[in-house]
Amino acid sequence: MVRLIRTEKEVEGRYSEQWILVEEDALDQWPAGPLETVGRPAARQDGLARARGEAIYTADVQLPGMLHAAVLRSPHAYARLKRIELAAALELPAVRAVIGPADLDALTDHAGYPGAPVAAAAADTFEAAQSAIEAIEVEWEVLEPVLDPEQAVAEDQLTQPARSYERGDVEQGLAEADAVVEGEFRTQTVLHNALETHQSVARWEGDALEVYTSTQFIWGVRNEIAEKLGIPGDRVRVVCLYMGGGFGAKNDAGDYTYVAIELARRTGRPVRCALTRREENLATGNRNATIQRLAAGARADGTLTALRGDFVNSVGWEGWLAPTAGPMQMLYACDNVRTVEQGAKLNTPPMAAFRAPGFVEGTFGLECLLDQLAAKLDVDPLELRRRNYAASDSLGERSYSSKNLAECYRLAEPHWERRHEVRSRSEERWRRGVGLASQIWFGGGGPPSYAWVRVGSDGRATVITAMQDIGTGSRTAMAQIAAEELGLPLEQVEVVLGDTARGPYASISAGSSTIPSMGPAVRSAAADAARQILEIAAQRHHLEERVLSLKGGSIVSADGGSWPLETITGLLEDGQILGKGARGPNPAGMRVLTFGVQVAEVAVDVETGEVRVERVAAIHDVGRIVNPLNARSQVEGGIIQAIGHTFSEQRLLDPQSGAVLTQTLDAYKLPTIADVPEIVAEFVDVPDAHLTNLGSKGLGEPPIVPTAAAIANAIRDATGAQVRSLPITREEMLRALAEERERRSAGERERVGASSA
Amino acid sequence: MPELELTINGDAYRLEAPIGRSLGEVLREDLGFTGTKIACGEGHCGACTVQLDGVPVLSCITLAHTVGTRKVTTIEGLRDHPLVEAFVRADALQCGFCTPGQIVSAAALVAANPTPTNEEIRHGMAGNLCRCGTYPRIEEAILSW
Repeated sequence: MVRLIRTEKEVEGRYSEQWILVEEDALDQWPAGPLETVGRPAARQDGLARARGEAIYTADVQLPGMLHAAVLRSPHAYARLKRIELAAALELPAVRAVIGPADLDALTDHAGYPGAPVAAAAADTFEAAQSAIEAIEVEWEVLEPVLDPEQAVAEDQLTQPARSYERGDVEQGLAEADAVVEGEFRTQTVLHNALETHQSVARWEGDALEVYTSTQFIWGVRNEIAEKLGIPGDRVRVVCLYMGGGFGAKNDAGDYTYVAIELARRTGRPVRCALTRREENLATGNRNATIQRLAAGARADGTLTALRGDFVNSVGWEGWLAPTAGPMQMLYACDNVRTVEQGAKLNTPPMAAFRAPGFVEGTFGLECLLDQLAAKLDVDPLELRRRNYAASDSLGERSYSSKNLAECYRLAEPHWERRHEVRSRSEERWRRGVGLASQIWFGGGGPPSYAWVRVGSDGRATVITAMQDIGTGSRTAMAQIAAEELGLPLEQVEVVLGDTARGPYASISAGSSTIPSMGPAVRSAAADAARQILEIAAQRHHLEERVLSLKGGSIVSADGGSWPLETITGLLEDGQILGKGARGPNPAGMRVLTFGVQVAEVAVDVETGEVRVERVAAIHDVGRIVNPLNARSQVEGGIIQAIGHTFSEQRLLDPQSGAVLTQTLDAYKLPTIADVPEIVAEFVDVPDAHLTNLGSKGLGEPPIVPTAAAIANAIRDATGAQVRSLPITREEMLRALAEERERRSAGERERVGASSA
Repeated sequence: MPELELTINGDAYRLEAPIGRSLGEVLREDLGFTGTKIACGEGHCGACTVQLDGVPVLSCITLAHTVGTRKVTTIEGLRDHPLVEAFVRADALQCGFCTPGQIVSAAALVAANPTPTNEEIRHGMAGNLCRCGTYPRIEEAILSW
């Protein structure tokens, strides 16, 4: 019997309600800790294919007769097209089609940002397509761009109405405080720079469309295209077998996909539209810059009495208002909180989700502010956080499905304890210190998500679902979950994914949701298959099903009998056992969140402003860990990306024209292997008893959330200097050091003045 | 179009390629060696690394006609190199798009120096970017191959 219920779905903090079907026979969770396969390290199932260069990414898809597209983009931050002439381009050799704003919605004659797509051409080669777009005659009316977020806010140029949140009475809370700290923090625009650029190959077959695309959500792209083109969803097949990184920027179809589709339709040939690295850094999204004006008040013992934040997100020409105030609203128990978030509409490229959007930026400000408060009150920073521990959901009305942040803090103690030894290694010029920051984020996933598990007569199982593995190892995790439920060795389980024509609906790989959304569906499908196998075995051996179980590739009976799985499935010859599974709802009335803490150790050269991160310890609570090997890699990867955000990465604009100056990987500096500190990853690894049949939350985003703040707080510990903006360039570090020297000498003068008076 | 003769992974190839065509384009588009990835196309990221006579070079900014008699080794020629297993064992890849280039660079590194130190690995591999941040695992893979 299936029940139809209305439930809530959350992706990156955006909640929606939807109908789902729930099976009655919910599975009990497995016990905590390592099982036969789940909870044990497993090498990536697709590791060899990727490492040997055999994996076919979208970038590698070559179809017979395939044409290449190039896109003409606005050279201006803000301009109107006065005239466009495509004919000359179409006359060039090897050029097969040219389209402009009149031909396709994705192309515009009103360019709101540099890089806005205006026209496109398909040709036999990419070079010929580039020549074609250079031959397009364009006349622009150049308009004055708005580039300053504060000016935009002052002029009420917002992407959406301001978002306000209030609980308690902040003014009263500040008035009651023994200490109040205030600060303005800024974070920069960061570019995703997945190594596989945004790209699609489109091919029509009659009225059916095939799209190979580098995406985090094949099913979402399928539905989006179907709706846009007004064709049935089942006439659109979206394929992404291997994916070269997304980090949030590849959640939608994107204009390049529509360009490929339209050019393929006009030419009757497959068309690839692949962005160059420079286009990638212009027009595929970014983590928006923020300005955060924050205040916190606390009693002498460190108990928070008020938190106040005014946030401006530089959203760009389009985009959504990421929850920069989220950490301030949710991380601590504080009765009086007021936040206002505004999204500045600017003539800059649109933002896109980027690994914990909003929370990365907001955690930097909030957790730096907390350390300012700790210093002012002379309270230990870890103790300050414990004193303001939120035992129940700070937003009210709900309980946590599980929260083990206290255990994270406990596990952090040995790392935090190192600060005495680290500080003692300070020298005249290189000062050393330790800082920490807490992490809160979503990551509960949700329904609907479906999987099938097929068991063949050879006793091998195949998980089939239209999800994607964007490089996180979700393919391997799904195989582990199915293997566990079927009692099979991991080598006997394959996973088929990445194709909307092969398998049921599966959810997006974003918002740290793949394992929590898909894992329970896969387990449920495997359990369905297992039940069928045991039914068959029971009949074959004249036993009751309840005495039978699957273990080690065999059917085992309570009385000691054991039959290899294939002796039962083999009876069926070419028959197949097909298990079906669905993701159940999230627990009603509960908030499903991830938690953690990171402890950073730094050395600061007080003469040059050079900062070296020497060690980062990360302790995260994301429920059950399915694959400790991949989990550690996620943590390391998140921290390394955060180190880039903290020190070297910054999109720079020409302040007059708005042109993006950092379009290459030479100008835009990603971290290299030489920039990596020692990283220690630990997990609480306790299943969330309320969350699905698996008890796992997502881990993709949590590790990137607290790193910048932990580093900034370590810098403060080492030098007393408060960095206020990311990235922490030498310039910013020297500014903070000078400010600190000034503060100290002012204090010194005061003391001298007081004693001489 | 000018003729081009190349020795790739021990096999001889003859084709026509315009002057100015990069080795990366010839490998990927003309000959189907798609294991070599192009991620930036201007010599900044290392994803396209191949070896010429054992020396790692960036195939996206190497003109095909300048290769001459030097022997080209791509990831396809290193598929059975023990480093490949070591990368998988150490979990030294996530999305995997940079991985063939990483392995081609690492293979040249260990050919010259089979037991590099951490410092030597960091020096030798600093030209190969990985956006997923698998660097600690790459270091481990090259230490443990």
